[in-house]
Amino acid sequence: MDPVGALALRMGDNALILGHRVSEWCGHAPVLEEDIALANIALDLIGQAQLWLGLAGEVDGRSADELAFLRDTWDFRCLLLVEQPNGDFGRTVMRQFLFDAWHVEMLRGMCGSSEPRVSEIAQKAVREVEYHLERSSAQVIALGDGTEESHARMQAALEWLWPWAGEALAADPVDVALAEAGIAPAVEDLRPGWEATLRAVLGEATLTIPESDFAHRGGKDGKRHSEALGHLLTQMQWLQRAYPGAEW
Amino acid sequence: MYAQMIKSEGGKSREEMSPEEAAFQDRIDAGETIEPQDWMPEGYRKTLIRQIGQHAHSEIVGQLPEGNWVTRAPTLERKAILLAKVQDEAGHGLYLYCAAETLGISRDDMTEQLLSGRMKYSSIFNYPTLSWADIGAVGWLVDGAAIMNQVPLQRTSYGPYSRAMIRICKEESFHQRQGFDIMMKMAKGTEAQRRMAQDALDRFWYPSLMMFGPSDAESVHSAQNMAWRIKINGNDELRQKFVDQTVPQAEFLGLKVPDEHLKWNEEKGGYDFSEPDWEEFFAVLKGAGPESAERMKARRDAWDDGQWVRDAMTAHAEKKSARREAAE
Ligand SMILES: [Fe+2]
Ligand SMILES: [Fe+2]
Ligand SMILES: [Fe+2]
Repeated sequence: MDPVGALALRMGDNALILGHRVSEWCGHAPVLEEDIALANIALDLIGQAQLWLGLAGEVDGRSADELAFLRDTWDFRCLLLVEQPNGDFGRTVMRQFLFDAWHVEMLRGMCGSSEPRVSEIAQKAVREVEYHLERSSAQVIALGDGTEESHARMQAALEWLWPWAGEALAADPVDVALAEAGIAPAVEDLRPGWEATLRAVLGEATLTIPESDFAHRGGKDGKRHSEALGHLLTQMQWLQRAYPGAEW
Repeated sequence: MYAQMIKSEGGKSREEMSPEEAAFQDRIDAGETIEPQDWMPEGYRKTLIRQIGQHAHSEIVGQLPEGNWVTRAPTLERKAILLAKVQDEAGHGLYLYCAAETLGISRDDMTEQLLSGRMKYSSIFNYPTLSWADIGAVGWLVDGAAIMNQVPLQRTSYGPYSRAMIRICKEESFHQRQGFDIMMKMAKGTEAQRRMAQDALDRFWYPSLMMFGPSDAESVHSAQNMAWRIKINGNDELRQKFVDQTVPQAEFLGLKVPDEHLKWNEEKGGYDFSEPDWEEFFAVLKGAGPESAERMKARRDAWDDGQWVRDAMTAHAEKKSARREAAE
């Protein structure tokens, strides 16, 4: 596959699937301000998904909607982390933080992409994602430091999500090819920034980073998604699948 | 309209009023705006809390029937529009809680009263959204009915309420247009989509008419609330206006309003139409709507499951300020 298309699909699917997960909170958040903030994040991510999938579609002749609503799990290229179910609010916040910490490094690196269509989207998205990281960091800190219960929940969330977090930082052949072409940053170059963010934020949150560096793989190359993705797609794609060809 | 059957705490005639109360009524009659620091009769304050609180709760519970379709929206654009709309409603709730707080009640108190059933929310949100066309119908009819009531309330006597209404009305008219746009796509779409659109209108027509509340021509509560300018128009008057505005829109969509008696009345310059089933309305208000239990459960779960988060946020803020003080 065309490397720009492959990158756009990965970025687009991350934004699409995480945006969807976050939108599942709609109307059910712990406080009203949080309902509003979660909707903001979901909206940013859906907007980014439209841009990335639009680019991916340019390459293979499908629209962003066709890519979002008419592919099956094995054709999705999102990280396993973003497809994980919301769990409690703490797990949602932790998932967001672990993703944002990688996402922001990745987008910063892509701002100087040799491919102008990539750098253009990255420059727009990075401003939004810097804000996402600021917010999710503050929340991880507040909930980690807050009460005994919240601390325990956040530590449990971190441990639960940890095996899903490493995939983003493990280079595969597509990553290598993209870095060689100067389209995206090398995965190794993202690690120092990601680790520094984690140490600073999780430290202030009084949370312990798990020692294991085990990471599940199979999301970004589509070889083995988790079961959760199929259920998400079942819901997200239902109307388009049930009434093919209709315009909405 | 999100405030239904607001019981008034007033009802004094001029002769019964104290000098303060009479001066207060004079200010309202002169079209002045009452601000939080101004003197106000206890009944005015209490009635307003009831009304603004009910309105705020309606915005919050109102997130649920539409939120029900966020994860099933058919395109990325529709999903974004719907999510932004539901987010607006949360924002409306926030402005209104803030307005009510200026009257000396906290948001947490109001929330507890909602969850314990002592405060109400609009009957309309107890109905299910069963197809994508319902999202269109809700924007078109429910936001449409809300606007009928809220546009005049921009001129209500209580300053913070009036200002909240001004902000809210701008967004509500967007919502209505977006809802109508969905209905257009559906009504001009495939056979199945047309069926969804008609079915949505069939189910939402009478509940929308109920939003205005039963006839209040004889109601003492309404009379007092109108004297205080916290209610501007009569329920029947607004319902008529809504029907007159909506019937041509339904015709434009090629949909049939589910009322055998609907007929243009040249003499009154408006439609004659059937009343909704008021027994159903009262039952729904008492909590017997098809989704009432579900709506309350969703709000209670959100509150209960969020307790640890709110506690942690408070604890962290306290620790932070203690640390800051210790450092100084
Ligand atoms: Fe609203
Ligand atoms: Fe509304
Ligand atoms: Fe609205």
